[in-house]
Amino acid sequence: MSRRARSAEPDPYSFGSRPYDLVKEFTIALVAVLVLTFALAAVFSSPDEKPLTIATWSTADPGDFTATALSELDATSPTAGYGPPYNTAAEGQKLGPLALANTAGVTHPIDTAQAFVLGPLTSAPHTPQVAAALSTYTAASSTAQAAWTSAYSDALAKANGDPTKVAPGDYGPVPILLAQLLSQAQAGSLDGALLSEGGFYQTDYTLPLLFLADGSNLAAQADADHLSGDQWGMMNETGNFPGQAWLWLYTFWYQISPYNTSVNADALVMGTMAIMVLLFVFVPYIPGLRSIPRLVPVYKLIWRQHYTKQKQDSDRR
Amino acid sequence: MTEPIGTPGSVAAPESEAGGWTGAVRRRAVAALPPDKLLPDTQPAYMASWIYVFGVLTLAAFVVVLATGTALAIEGPAWWHTSGFGHYVNSLHLWSVELFMGFMVIHLWGKFFMAAWRGRRALTWITGAVAFLGSVGTAFTGYLVQQNFDSQWIATQAKDGLNSVGIGAYFNVLNFGQMLMWHIVLLPALVGVLVVLHLLMVRHRGIVPPLARPGVAAESAVAEPIETSEPVAGS
Repeated sequence: MSRRARSAEPDPYSFGSRPYDLVKEFTIALVAVLVLTFALAAVFSSPDEKPLTIATWSTADPGDFTATALSELDATSPTAGYGPPYNTAAEGQKLGPLALANTAGVTHPIDTAQAFVLGPLTSAPHTPQVAAALSTYTAASSTAQAAWTSAYSDALAKANGDPTKVAPGDYGPVPILLAQLLSQAQAGSLDGALLSEGGFYQTDYTLPLLFLADGSNLAAQADADHLSGDQWGMMNETGNFPGQAWLWLYTFWYQISPYNTSVNADALVMGTMAIMVLLFVFVPYIPGLRSIPRLVPVYKLIWRQHYTKQKQDSDRR
Repeated sequence: MTEPIGTPGSVAAPESEAGGWTGAVRRRAVAALPPDKLLPDTQPAYMASWIYVFGVLTLAAFVVVLATGTALAIEGPAWWHTSGFGHYVNSLHLWSVELFMGFMVIHLWGKFFMAAWRGRRALTWITGAVAFLGSVGTAFTGYLVQQNFDSQWIATQAKDGLNSVGIGAYFNVLNFGQMLMWHIVLLPALVGVLVVLHLLMVRHRGIVPPLARPGVAAESAVAEPIETSEPVAGS
């Protein structure tokens, strides 16, 4: 902007002034907000649906738990095939030519077989039979391990996911390992085992949350609570609460093509939102966009008293 | 008898140099925001619409959000799950956030339709816009640290978006401890600083004058400020 234009900047008070008590206005606003907040909290409260635990999941649906544990053991679970930041099994999503996930790299390495199955089994007290199964499995070649898990996976599917109805077959030590893990899970010790970071105090829930998300119970409960992606997802809240309504634009993109069909949907949505954010923040500098207020006559409503007075003054002259 | 201040024989520093760096900062601050500009008891005559109320309502709601969040922080994140009173305080926090965000959105739309960035007020708009985005992030991390089913679901869903562009490599929404720190320390501090800067800029420049209606002669030479010129960064 030129210095001449700067010098043309008007003093707001050159339009005339009127008494205005800012402190009084703020005090009244604060009281009004407090009254509204206390009333809304008293009438509507706030939601607090209990978290899903691995214990409740494995007890309610041992078949789904066993199938999930098996997929962690043979590295076919969503987490095992995720890519960065958990592993190198996939490249990660791309935003056009940009592979940002891959560039950031594997910062939280997770070997699903070790993290979700073999590790918790090893660290928990177990019978000689389980110890032998662990030794057999870890000493076997990857080909033998894959043959056992594949055969058990097929058998589990034929038994409609019920591990108690799996037909006899050559599954190696896999059934013993998964039965022991199910037992640990139902007793509640797996929740704690997955939270262990090697220290006494724990705050990182990455492993238990990924394990829960690999199963189907978490998604089923979310669907029942209208929280799924195609139900406008996480901007909703459990129950009939407003949730994060301000995320509507972010969630909106997931509802339409090409976002809802792309394998890079998340990266595309993030990229689109980044552009939206830049447009929003820098609107004062963007020709066309910054002229919209002049074209939409909302300002006439906002300053109608000023314009009325302006017209009266003009008529008098 | 009172001793004169200063070393005998010393020469008094010129007014523009007195007080060293401290004096320079004070002079600059007072010049930019003299007391009657910082807390004026008058406003421009055109400030006569309900839309102006939403700025102060946003500020008031922000104070209530901070107060209720502080109450929850004092007792710790698990308190509200086991105490009826704690649950009510959590409800106060939730609804004050809903009001805060609602008022702020209306305030933002109002300022957009006023083209409130005119007259070297671009940075006022930008600080407000970034404060809004920071508030969205603060609310989001708040939902992540509720320690209930909603937190589990939001965390496991949000990780995919953040991981897809590499942010998740450093900002792990599945890490409760990390998210709690972002929610109660880092992001509120960011939003708080931006709100203070935003308010100081509003007081420094004053509220934006009305747009001139097409075909209507301006009330005075200053009635239509800076129609076409670029806003100035850092204004």
